[in-house]
Amino acid sequence: MAPRHRLTIHSNDPDPRAAAIREGAAHLGMGDIGQVGIADIVFVDGDLSPDELDRLHGVLVDPLLQHGNWDPPKSSGIEITLQPGVTDSDAEAVHHTAMRLGLTIGAAATGTRIEFDPALEPARADEVVARLVANAIIERWADGHIEPVHPEGRDTPGAATTIAIRGADEAALQQVNADRALYLDPQELVAIRDHFESIERDPTDIELETLAQTWSEHCAHKTFRAAIHATGGPEGGEREIVPLMRQLRDCTETIDAEYVRSAFVGNAGVIEFSKGTTIALKAETHNHPSAVEPFGGANTGVGGVIRDVLGISHKPVAITDILCFGPADLPLDKLPDGSLHPLRIREGVIDGVADYGNKIGLPTVAGAILYDPAYTTNPLVFAGCIGTAPTRPLHEGPHPGDRIIVLGGATGRDGIRGATFSSATMDATTGEVAGASVQIGAPIVEKLLIDALVGAEDLYSAITDCGAGGLSSAVGEMAEGLGADVELDLVHRKYPGLQPWEVWLSEAQERMVIAVPARNVSAIVNRCARVGVDVAEIGVFTDDRVLTVRSGGEPVAQLDVGFLHDGRPQRQMHAEMPDPIRTERVSRTVADPAATILRLLAHPNIASKAGTIHRYDHEILGSTVVRPLIGAASDGPADGVVLAPPANTAGLAIGIGVNPWYGLHDPEAMAYAVVDEAIRNVVAVGADPDRVALLDNFSWGDPRRATTLGELTAAVEGCCAAAYVYDAPFVSGKDSLNNEYIGADGERHAVPPTLVITAVAHVPDADRCVTPDLVAAGNVLMLIGSTEIEFAGSHLDKVLGEPPGVGVAPAPDPDAPEHYRHLHAAMQAGLVKSCHDVSEGGFAVAIAEMCLAGRLGARIETLGHDDLAAALFSESIGRLIVEIEPRSVVAFRRIMADDCLEIGTVDDAGILWLPGVKPMLVADLADAFNTGAAT
Amino acid sequence: MSQVPAVIIAGPGTNRDHDVRHALELVGADARIVLASELIERPRLLGDYRLAVVAGGFSYADSLGAGRMLALDLMVGLGEELRSFVAAGRPVIGICNGFQVLTRARLLPGALGHNAQGRFDCRWVVLDAVERSACVWTKGIEDPIHCPIAHGEGRYVHPDPDSLAAAGQIALRYRSTNPNGSVADIAGVCDPSGVVLGMMPHPENHIVARQHPRHCRGGGGAAHLGLRLFENGVHHAKGL
Repeated sequence: MAPRHRLTIHSNDPDPRAAAIREGAAHLGMGDIGQVGIADIVFVDGDLSPDELDRLHGVLVDPLLQHGNWDPPKSSGIEITLQPGVTDSDAEAVHHTAMRLGLTIGAAATGTRIEFDPALEPARADEVVARLVANAIIERWADGHIEPVHPEGRDTPGAATTIAIRGADEAALQQVNADRALYLDPQELVAIRDHFESIERDPTDIELETLAQTWSEHCAHKTFRAAIHATGGPEGGEREIVPLMRQLRDCTETIDAEYVRSAFVGNAGVIEFSKGTTIALKAETHNHPSAVEPFGGANTGVGGVIRDVLGISHKPVAITDILCFGPADLPLDKLPDGSLHPLRIREGVIDGVADYGNKIGLPTVAGAILYDPAYTTNPLVFAGCIGTAPTRPLHEGPHPGDRIIVLGGATGRDGIRGATFSSATMDATTGEVAGASVQIGAPIVEKLLIDALVGAEDLYSAITDCGAGGLSSAVGEMAEGLGADVELDLVHRKYPGLQPWEVWLSEAQERMVIAVPARNVSAIVNRCARVGVDVAEIGVFTDDRVLTVRSGGEPVAQLDVGFLHDGRPQRQMHAEMPDPIRTERVSRTVADPAATILRLLAHPNIASKAGTIHRYDHEILGSTVVRPLIGAASDGPADGVVLAPPANTAGLAIGIGVNPWYGLHDPEAMAYAVVDEAIRNVVAVGADPDRVALLDNFSWGDPRRATTLGELTAAVEGCCAAAYVYDAPFVSGKDSLNNEYIGADGERHAVPPTLVITAVAHVPDADRCVTPDLVAAGNVLMLIGSTEIEFAGSHLDKVLGEPPGVGVAPAPDPDAPEHYRHLHAAMQAGLVKSCHDVSEGGFAVAIAEMCLAGRLGARIETLGHDDLAAALFSESIGRLIVEIEPRSVVAFRRIMADDCLEIGTVDDAGILWLPGVKPMLVADLADAFNTGAAT
Repeated sequence: MSQVPAVIIAGPGTNRDHDVRHALELVGADARIVLASELIERPRLLGDYRLAVVAGGFSYADSLGAGRMLALDLMVGLGEELRSFVAAGRPVIGICNGFQVLTRARLLPGALGHNAQGRFDCRWVVLDAVERSACVWTKGIEDPIHCPIAHGEGRYVHPDPDSLAAAGQIALRYRSTNPNGSVADIAGVCDPSGVVLGMMPHPENHIVARQHPRHCRGGGGAAHLGLRLFENGVHHAKGL
């Protein structure tokens, strides 16, 4: 065996990673851990001469920044390296370096070394590493010098194992279900058993895994397709619910918007606002993976949704992210067993999103960050992507005879059973058993995939991404109605020793599958070779209605595609509908409104997210016209963002609506409210309310509990009702259910009902965009929409505490669509100088944000309600504050059909005056907002 | 007048190549994006161009240090051609990752380390073109240039910034806010001849007034466009 060399590289200047560890430990309540040192380690196996080592050193170490040493350090330290089999992209760069230098090397690996103060007890040092630095899911660490381990084993054409299920009773089936972590329903297991009894053989492991993946909640959306019997609710009685997915689709079909090109089919929705250019949009969740490995989970969540857009032949142009975390200041002793601390999750998730988006070269523009204790064990990560393409017909393939081609990364053991894992409930052991479910991202590989695929649309007949379920899902879905014949030996692998079912199910990232007519195969291969994308032709689509998978030529699966796709029995479910308070209006008493406004501005859900936003490249492509932070000091919160390429007049706006707290009180009203909020956000920046498309993303608890399903059903009904009223169709959606955690106490902890609505809308003139920052003293302020006493789920209750009778959550405002159309006309006429939606924290927070964004004051003389608390803090939907020049007031009122309330004027004294509230310095508002607890 | 042929050199992971092409096209260059691997295969291709850009992004994912792999590719495969390109006075600009590449390739002095605050940072900055600089890209620019930064390894390190200043090699400095801890507020440096400029900020993302974040409040405007650097570069190439 070749000798191993190790190069330890220290930074000349203080390494910022060391300070981050020290601060992180203090933040987690671990006290001052003293000085921390950090170094990178490069391991190279090979017979290398001193001169060759010098040349490697010359590339790997920049003497102005670093110093490196081939002798292992004598001081103590904890060293971390990746688990065998986890992709090490830095090691690939070591190979690249050796190639360029003409050196012959064997295996390479990289690692990190943490040097603690010798006075720190080893147990504490180990805890710091475990809590803050390394993750056992993908890494291992040791006190002293670590030795990387490389996967070993030989590729022998693996045989499939037969699983005996014929004649098995339900208990025996359940045992198979548990042994293989299939997460199938009892009736589904019976259907599978009956199917194999009818064809007189037992399934192979790969067949069973393929069925479990295809029928997983993640892939089959069995709750959204279930027959639901409902009881309870405001009307009482019993009723049959139209399957939830059907309701959403019916809604889109009834609205029948002329700009919808494709809804609810394929990887993403497609719309066409401007003739000649289509827009693809999609949002996904990546919750479970982010809970156990925040960086990798969020990283690959972004990668996955970008592939969804690529999988409908559009060029990705922007990313969105909505993140839900537990409180960042949660004491360590309150942290449930087996969970990572919310702070660690937050840092990892944000780094993961930033790493993928920044490296692939897409602006991460719109988003939200929500904090709630209920997200501690179940953080939520929603990632969205928008793409554009010249208008062209959708691909109609695959056709029998088309070749099955896998593009992109090689296949490893990463992400095995991710589709089934993400459909399961988590508990204290999840982190240990889910190791193989974690995927590792390589954004540059996906960047090259984009380079290879954009412009290649005429060469393939069908395309899909390799996401959850891997090749099983991608090829299985494409083979629906046809059949396919695949040889697993042709799939490129990261390392030897993989079982056939592992190759088939692996969720190794950055892969796309295309169906290519035989005549175009060489053109695809050449194109990929030019940009450096790996290509493997693994089989052919057939017309025998059988999905045949081979290993070494021998079939390891022969599944009837009809049974695979249509054999799953429809789930029969029971929903206990919620019966929310709808009539009782209860106001609040606020002793010190000024102090309350400052507390609201500093609340983590409302305070500035600048610390996160600046970690994302939101400028690349040069299309970002309205940024997430706006105003005189670029620190005010925007409502929506607007993208328009430098040479275009028209653009598109993206708005997000999400409010789980209303959902705790009234899921139906919540759903309506978040549709309204998403649309209001795009209207507020200048988008046309008559050209809006919506994405729905539901993250819910276990729907097999009747009350949870009842809340989900109510939410679907609420968002459909809103879509009809606003004439805004859903074009794509995704549900992530079972976001629950079973604590050591046996109690279930579910996420609050979290529906994220993304609105994408047409901006006719990107030069006429409007933002919330006040522009000029003397201008007139107007309030659009009506204020009611609606406090249930409000942020006022979050800072002052919830009273015993909470009253109603914000109810639908039937006048809102007309208000938005009028406001848009006024914006098109250039009459609106600034505009902000009223949301969390109510009117007082909205006007405060306008002041701080413009660094101007406001003198408010009239309020939207006689009840002071309601006027200031109620969160009634449908409301916007606008700034109008005095000379435009008459024209504005005419366009608004006089349905607006003049409330005051912009003032340059740097003070916000509100009736019944002490005057507040705008500088104090800005301080509260910018130094709040959020990131 | 014929257009200046310009090459934008892209490695695996370069991602602002299209933004730069757009900027160059606006100032009358005929800009092509060419992969470094293609140039290395046919080094003489470089001679077809009068201006070269090493664009921003994450070549090789920043593995083992930003810019190192692409710099190694270029030095091993194209070193001689690049040096004669520069010797002929043809302007070269390295932006962000391109700057990191050019320092590693020793076409520019100094090095770029991790931002002092330890994180990737994206925000708009204001740059002053240094008056007594040899740089052809910043020549005659008096008004400050506004444009965004987007980098994690942009802290400029040089053992003797005074000697750089004396040699006219400091081209751009951050005004008021130094976002990454760069020595002497240095945002951009040039080679002794002034034809090679490296800078961390992205002038290619401020080529029309609407891109300025405070455009609606009267911020930015023609005098502050990043496009002015490209005008200078193309103008210089035309004069060769």
